[in-house]
Amino acid sequence: MAKTSAEYQAVARKDMTYRQWIWKEMKRNWFAYVMIAPYMLIFSMFTIVPVALSMVISFTDFNMLQMPNIVWFENYINLFFADDIFLIACKNTLIFSAVVGPASYLMAFLIAWFINELGPRIRSVVTLIFYAPSISGQVYLIWATLFDADAYGWVNATLLEIGFIDEPIAWFQDADYVMPLCIVVALWTSLGTTFLAFIAGLQGIDRAQYEAGAVDGVKNRWQELWYITLPNMKPQLMFGAIMAITNAFGFGGVVTALAGFPSVDYAAHTIMHHLDDYGGQRYEIGYSSAIAVILFLIMIGANGLVRKMLSKVGT
Amino acid sequence: MAKLRTRKHKVVLSRSAGGDAGIVVLLVLLGAFMVLPMVYVIMQSLKPLDELWNYPPRFYVVNPTLKNFRDLFILMNDSWVPFSRYIFNTVFTSVGGTFGHLFLASMCAYALAKIKFPGAKGTFKLIRTSLMFHATVTAVASFILMSTFKMVDTYWAIIIPAWGDTLGLYLMKQFMDSNVPDTVLESARLDGASELRTYWIIAMPMVKPAWLTLIIECFRKLWNAGSSIYIYSEQLKSFNYAIGQITAGGIKRAGASAAATVLMMMVPILVFVISQSNIIETMGSSGMKD
Repeated sequence: MAKTSAEYQAVARKDMTYRQWIWKEMKRNWFAYVMIAPYMLIFSMFTIVPVALSMVISFTDFNMLQMPNIVWFENYINLFFADDIFLIACKNTLIFSAVVGPASYLMAFLIAWFINELGPRIRSVVTLIFYAPSISGQVYLIWATLFDADAYGWVNATLLEIGFIDEPIAWFQDADYVMPLCIVVALWTSLGTTFLAFIAGLQGIDRAQYEAGAVDGVKNRWQELWYITLPNMKPQLMFGAIMAITNAFGFGGVVTALAGFPSVDYAAHTIMHHLDDYGGQRYEIGYSSAIAVILFLIMIGANGLVRKMLSKVGT
Repeated sequence: MAKLRTRKHKVVLSRSAGGDAGIVVLLVLLGAFMVLPMVYVIMQSLKPLDELWNYPPRFYVVNPTLKNFRDLFILMNDSWVPFSRYIFNTVFTSVGGTFGHLFLASMCAYALAKIKFPGAKGTFKLIRTSLMFHATVTAVASFILMSTFKMVDTYWAIIIPAWGDTLGLYLMKQFMDSNVPDTVLESARLDGASELRTYWIIAMPMVKPAWLTLIIECFRKLWNAGSSIYIYSEQLKSFNYAIGQITAGGIKRAGASAAATVLMMMVPILVFVISQSNIIETMGSSGMKD
């Protein structure tokens, strides 16, 4: 039998305490909880519980073999005062993400903005050109071939040819070059979700606003960008920033594949590598959990900061 | 009044010719930076052996050949675990992971977007926060959890985490927010349709671009997944991992490894070419409102 419409009405909050009303609403919508339950179960198990578990384990000396002892802040103290390599990793991570994050964000926006006025067909071709490196798996290894250490590498050969260098440079084994090169490769693979979100956001802006803007005295594309485009794109800018920041911290695999592990003089050693070293290879789970917690706090902090900055756009 | 600039007989506002030219130059430069390494991969895969080790190395291939691809298939046939097994592993985990994710995430997204229940907003905020950190943070603790549940070294270690992927749920929920009108759902409910029925029969057909995006994103991640810390057995490893083993074979396999890279990258690129317009449409509602 069909239910009467009254059963679908939200419960009116009359003659009830807030708690009673919430309870009634929960009972009325019980099916919603059934629907979110399967996903939330998996999500909790692989996202929420691991984060919480890392925080707990980071206060112990757990090593997968013996019963863990509680050591309180010893892991953290050791990280900051006794582990020089961790400090190098921190410095590298900050440099790496402070360059890659904003640069990839800016590049994604500029390219999306540049191609926005192209015709639909050519725009989709150009989109593919810029987006392809980010979805093509390990194609970035080609950079290792291009920048091969001996004279058979294309870059070395070309530079030797024009007399810029006298002997081949071992690019990824040289502490001076490895970090900048990894940054370039990371940027090359970074035009992913952020880029697509920007393209879509720009396409979604109402054309009439630009005409109105021109009538109201917008003179050039920069004014149009600042007064019309950016304020309209704010939701996409937020989303894109989150994706760009998260990705900027996630390039450990690219660095390992290109520079090896550990990289020369730890010149490209990031917190991610340190975490992998202690968690995946030495099984010092307590210590690596402390590293994971610090990385987690850095990422959340960076996101909070950027969100605050972005909320000022167009005001 | 100043004369209006036109492009193809249409008036363009707020655009100087110099600016247009500058943008074209910048686009060409950036485009070259993006596309040249990709072109080089393809060139390498088509080069015969003597050209691969030519000095000085040439960017372009002179006598293109498909021999590298043939070598790759010969190497595949020689492998200790038959290659069909690796392909099966990747296909099985991709399909299982993708469809489980699509079903669970879209059902959850529907409830979060279209049913106003206490806790919906908080739950979504929690999920959204998890977009802000990278999965490496949780890897070690996940490993402990998985070994507790005896999932390590089984297909489940790849499939089940894929179900809980956050970006897919986020995109689906945002897309439902803006593309499924409440009034339609309301009338379905008044006609006596259950929430599950409303979700499956009414809402899901309206969000086809979003589920296509979910499928493709999820598939791509699983396709590109190399060696996993959760899998030890050679027989359970992915196609991508096996291809990587060929690539790691050193100088004499340079040609085959370039062919392997091309083979591996063609799949996600082709999938994107086919689905581009749907993905862009989905991304249109990806924005974060607060």
